[in-house]
Amino acid sequence: MITAAAMASLALVCAVGAWRLARARWTYRAPHVAIVLWQALGVTWGLAGTGALLAYALEPYGRGVLYGLHAFAVSAVEGGYGTPEPYDLPRIFALIAGLTTLSVLVVVLLTAGAQTLRARRRHRTLLALVAREDPEVPGVRVVDHPAAAAYCVPGLRSQVVVSKGTLQLLSSAELTAVLAHEAAHVRERHDLVLLPFAALRRALPWSRTVEDAQREVGLLVEMAADDVARRYCSPRRLATALLRFGAAGAIPTPHGALGAATPASAVMARVERLITPGPLLPGPVRYGIVAFSLTLTASAPLLWVMPH
Amino acid sequence: MDVIWAQSSAVTAREVGRLIAERDLAPTTVMTVLDRLTRKGFLKRTRDGRAWRYEPAESRDGYVAELMLEALDLTGDRSAALTRFAQAVSGPEAEILRRALTELEDE
Repeated sequence: MITAAAMASLALVCAVGAWRLARARWTYRAPHVAIVLWQALGVTWGLAGTGALLAYALEPYGRGVLYGLHAFAVSAVEGGYGTPEPYDLPRIFALIAGLTTLSVLVVVLLTAGAQTLRARRRHRTLLALVAREDPEVPGVRVVDHPAAAAYCVPGLRSQVVVSKGTLQLLSSAELTAVLAHEAAHVRERHDLVLLPFAALRRALPWSRTVEDAQREVGLLVEMAADDVARRYCSPRRLATALLRFGAAGAIPTPHGALGAATPASAVMARVERLITPGPLLPGPVRYGIVAFSLTLTASAPLLWVMPH
Repeated sequence: MDVIWAQSSAVTAREVGRLIAERDLAPTTVMTVLDRLTRKGFLKRTRDGRAWRYEPAESRDGYVAELMLEALDLTGDRSAALTRFAQAVSGPEAEILRRALTELEDE
């Protein structure tokens, strides 16, 4: 019972933590650290939430969640004589709910991963067919289209792509800044950070907290890439590139309303911290948060293997 | 693919080979590539006697449009397949950015 209660409260703490973190602003002063914390919260929430249900359901085995599941599987195969005490209704419900939630989370994550890989492969093939190399920007694929777009297709062999519209829109210093930003995405594999949150969003589309979390992590990842890019280029040029991009607006959209525009506030937040960077979060605080994140991440698996 | 897009009608593998004669590719190589593009759905082929005639399944602009739709995240599924630099904002919000831009440039 103690394990179940501990995991339930852990899941609750994570949910409240995520809700608070989505509204926190210190995160902009240390995006890398905040990303680590977000990931820890996500993993722990999933493991502790399902673990709490399973720990309660499998308590009769008295062997913790992981070994309890094993014992349950064995007894299910052998005809159900493994339990010292018979199941009562709440435990059966908890077992079904726990297993369902766990498998939904795993399946959603795997599906999202597979879909992403498929979308990327298709995108790569299309790029191979229609994109060209440009002597002005070596190593970057150029697509002939008037709208402004700059992005990377992540993967083992990541590709940075810009549209012709981008080349016309930005000065060469700004273009360098944008490419440095994209290179940072590639190097730090930010796509892997975003993937679980996009998957969770698909699993719980009605949850405001998940929506906020995904948006916030998306913004933090951009800020993290901005921070890396500013080492290689003028932050001011990166800021003007951002503004020019955002204001380039008028894209001919085939499906009009579908283009979910990001609010200008997100762009402005990035611009502001590029022009007038706030003080860094003090070192001890940053290390403290990272240490807390690691402890949090370790706590749920520990509770899973711990016997009652 | 560019060679086939440039043609007004469907072409055979032999014709493609002749059109890219300067690349000096073996006829089998050309056929393999055409076959693979067909299987991926980028080319359509029709029987013409003993040879296949190939034509593009969609125009080049169609593929560019598909790329950009995804690049600008306009497909509406908020996928994590690509990481984008920034997204355009619309209407009055874009005005805020434009004003900020002029301020920055004036300084």
